[in-house]
Amino acid sequence: MNLTLKIWRQKSPKDQGKMVDYPVSDISEHMSFLEMMDVLNETLIAKGEEPVAFDHDCREGICGMCSMYINGEAHGPDRGVTTCQLHMRKFKDGDTIYIEPFRAKAFPVIKDLSVDRSSFDRIQQAGGYISVNTSGNTQDANAIPIPKDDADLAMDAATCIGCGACVATCKNSSAMLFVGAKVSQYALLPQGQVEASQRVQNMVKQMDDEGFGNCTNTGACEVECPKGISLTNIARLNREFLSAKASSKN
Amino acid sequence: MSLIKEIFTSSVGRKIAMALSAFFLMVFLLQHLTINLTSVFSEELFNELSHFMGTNPVVQFILQPVLIFGVVFHFVMGFALEIKNKKAREVSYAKNNGSANSSWFSRNMIWSGLFILFFLIFHFKDFWVPEMVYKYVQFKPSDPNRYYHEVVEMFHSPLRVGVYILAFVFLTLHLLHGFSSAFQSVGANNKYTESLKMVGKVYAILVPLGFIFIALWLHLNG
Repeated sequence: MNLTLKIWRQKSPKDQGKMVDYPVSDISEHMSFLEMMDVLNETLIAKGEEPVAFDHDCREGICGMCSMYINGEAHGPDRGVTTCQLHMRKFKDGDTIYIEPFRAKAFPVIKDLSVDRSSFDRIQQAGGYISVNTSGNTQDANAIPIPKDDADLAMDAATCIGCGACVATCKNSSAMLFVGAKVSQYALLPQGQVEASQRVQNMVKQMDDEGFGNCTNTGACEVECPKGISLTNIARLNREFLSAKASSKN
Repeated sequence: MSLIKEIFTSSVGRKIAMALSAFFLMVFLLQHLTINLTSVFSEELFNELSHFMGTNPVVQFILQPVLIFGVVFHFVMGFALEIKNKKAREVSYAKNNGSANSSWFSRNMIWSGLFILFFLIFHFKDFWVPEMVYKYVQFKPSDPNRYYHEVVEMFHSPLRVGVYILAFVFLTLHLLHGFSSAFQSVGANNKYTESLKMVGKVYAILVPLGFIFIALWLHLNG
């Protein structure tokens, strides 16, 4: 198929950037979206032009590295997939495709479609962990009985790959689905209780300091999330936060 | 840091505060509708209830200021959040397909809210300001039978009825998202959520429809 790509080009973080048109031809419907981008870049390199920078790593839908806002949706029009798992069969011959970086103040553009999502790392570092001292007599996690429903919900929350589609999709650039998932995966388990209060307060504070917006419950993040992280995690985040603040000694 | 300060400075605290003020306003709407509905079938009962609300010191000097605070708080916090949210994305998308993943009314709460704010100014000018002037500026004698006739007089104008109907349509749009959103904001998302969403839709349609019915009824039969 032959396509017209409208791609955001930005030389550096400080460059103003603009949309540039690129025609591509002979694209197979079996290609992944990233393979189509590879074809474009090979063409650009052959012509002596600068290839389009974009994030990617595993290309198996599990690392959360690929991004792109495709035709007005994070990871494109397909559901439950990252951009690397989006296939060209989702488009038609002659289509014009808009390709933009994930946009949020907290996700500054590095170059073209590549964005800096290290704000997510800093939120994780603020509390998205359990302190376990490896003294040699640490209790085996499997020795602690956990209800199957809770274990399943915790696992569902833990499937968040931190790609940032929730932020890119949200009209407010809110990171609450990500933070909700990261808080929930511990809040649901007994191992997470010890540091629960500090965890939620520190992660929410870091989220606010990074400049993310406020959730207004549109539900767009849940729809666009490649891992199907549920809005119930945001509700749990709100409960955890309220409970932590009400009982906080600080 | 105090809990109150936290509410005004943290994102999660602010959305919980928005939800609590929304619950308060939704309960008030039901009370307002209940009293207004009496005007349809009993002039005496409507006058009696209005006189009670207009003269009872607890209603006048405690509940009324609390209500005004609740309304102002909801609007001011709503605008403050909207401004902060706009700043969280400095460059807009060239193409954004919002309808693919969310409802129109959930994305446009600020616009439905703004229209309701303009309507409230109009509504206060119609009823609240004359009432305050009557009681606390002109110090006119208490008349328990004036309320029904004042309302009927007000709804003689088809233009006013039209504005009121339009405002209640916007109220429906606001509530279609706002009702269930308030529950989500206070952390209530569980096995009852789907039923609650249905109750929210019924509330969002029936309550404004009730106000529209009263405005039309008073215009046609008053």
